[in-house]
Amino acid sequence: MTEQTTEEHANALKSRSDFPFYTIFIVISAIYVLLIVSMLAAETTYTTPDHIWGSFAKPEIRYAIWLSLVSCAITTVLSLWVSVPIGYLMSRHDFRGKTLIDAILDIPIVLPPLVIGLCLLIMFQVEVPQIEWVNNMLKSISGALFGKEIFVAKGDSVDDMIRKTTGLLFGRPFGVTYEIPSVILAQFMVACAFAVRTMRVTFDQIGTRYEQVALTLGCNRGQAFWRVVFPQAYRGLLAAGTLAWARSLGEFGPILIFSGATRMKTEVLPTTVFLELTVGNIEGAVAASLIMVVSALVVLIIARMFGLTRAGI
Amino acid sequence: MISVNKLCVQVGNFKLNEISFEVPEGHYAVLMGKTGSGKTTILETICGLKKVLSGTIHLNGKLVTHAKPAEREIGYVPQDGVLFHTMTVRDNLAFALELRKWNKKQIDDRVEELASLLGIADLLDRTPFGLSGGETQRISLGRALAAKPAILCLDEPLSALDEGTRDEMCSLLSDVQRLTRVTTLHITHNVSESDRLGDIKFQIVEGVVQRLPSKTAGELSDLTGQVGQEPRLNAEKSAKMKAE
Repeated sequence: MTEQTTEEHANALKSRSDFPFYTIFIVISAIYVLLIVSMLAAETTYTTPDHIWGSFAKPEIRYAIWLSLVSCAITTVLSLWVSVPIGYLMSRHDFRGKTLIDAILDIPIVLPPLVIGLCLLIMFQVEVPQIEWVNNMLKSISGALFGKEIFVAKGDSVDDMIRKTTGLLFGRPFGVTYEIPSVILAQFMVACAFAVRTMRVTFDQIGTRYEQVALTLGCNRGQAFWRVVFPQAYRGLLAAGTLAWARSLGEFGPILIFSGATRMKTEVLPTTVFLELTVGNIEGAVAASLIMVVSALVVLIIARMFGLTRAGI
Repeated sequence: MISVNKLCVQVGNFKLNEISFEVPEGHYAVLMGKTGSGKTTILETICGLKKVLSGTIHLNGKLVTHAKPAEREIGYVPQDGVLFHTMTVRDNLAFALELRKWNKKQIDDRVEELASLLGIADLLDRTPFGLSGGETQRISLGRALAAKPAILCLDEPLSALDEGTRDEMCSLLSDVQRLTRVTTLHITHNVSESDRLGDIKFQIVEGVVQRLPSKTAGELSDLTGQVGQEPRLNAEKSAKMKAE
């Protein structure tokens, strides 16, 4: 009797097919993949190539391409410089307040981009306090070196002081807010957070054993890092670099607020898409966005080629 | 000479208290102990990779308790070789020599010498990718010996090797030690390895390092009984010995 029941159970189990499970899962997956592909297909087939080439001829779009490429390259280099030491320290050392630092490093990732832009804008408008001895020192140094005195006047913001300093150093004052440096800073704030994360994971994966061996062989900490750990981190560096580059190319929110959307000045490709759309020139918007689509695909291919799928790209 | 006196080390929640032992110059000492007994911690502390709470370490008469690893002139062979993947085998061997600013001729000569001693001459120009466990350990040993250290620390160097390779490596280690007379501390949980190589044997049981009289494998179970071990450990040991 018991045997029979077991057999019935076994039969009942056998008859259950995996078909519905896979059907549902495959259909859901297919819908999403299809959505991505058709989204791109729709954009690429929206206009004729002639229209796109026509848009490229516009000086504003050319300028946006140039600024995007230059600012992203600078941001990437800066992000790598910063993310390597932070990633290494966070990966290798335990110290008091590490959890807090860790949380702070994640803030740019979780904060809405517009808020980052607003924070940056406000930060550079903060009034610099007038401190007498600092002012005296500034006056004497600038007077002695450049023959022209600068000091903190009442109501001067951080940005005003930067303008004064650059005016003295380079003969032409330029600040950060609403200028090209603000584009780079806005991109850097977000891109660097991603690079830091990637570098930290990279150093975690390399482990401490290599350094320990290098230390016993006669290295100090710096030599162990530059000779042994850093060369092994090249994949992570490449991942962090591509990630930072891709993030900064698509950055829009903070740039709109912190740099404005001035044509031929602080206009990057996402700004172009926005500006062209607001004036109803969809071809222009499509042309600018196509450049970003192609760049994104190139980044994706590079990432896949080097097996950087874990980097979170 | 390695002289450890009343050493206290803490790693996380694991703590070793009042560890003392001594390896005279030119001897091959084996330190045995179960997994988690703290033998790797002792070795790494001697190498300067762990912070010492109290006690002293003397290497060849020099007090090095808080010295940096680089100042200790130690050759360290970690468990899985840990070769530098971004360098060729030759560069791995030459690593310590380049740091010591030897000239090119001296480095080349020393690398050739090590390669022929360890039988790795045909591997010199490749990268460590795809090397067998035995080859990896030979290179790791060569890298550690390159700068002619006075002391060699081996962290279970044979544990990841198959029986045949382990046999070969045992002979090699024994030959190398005989030739170079380097004071060696080898840690392992393998009794046959310890019998074959160690002219001094230590055992760490429950945080205490005991010196075992150097006898053959057959007599070891009686000896461990004499130093007042738990019967369970004895039984484990004998079973292990039989298996080997």
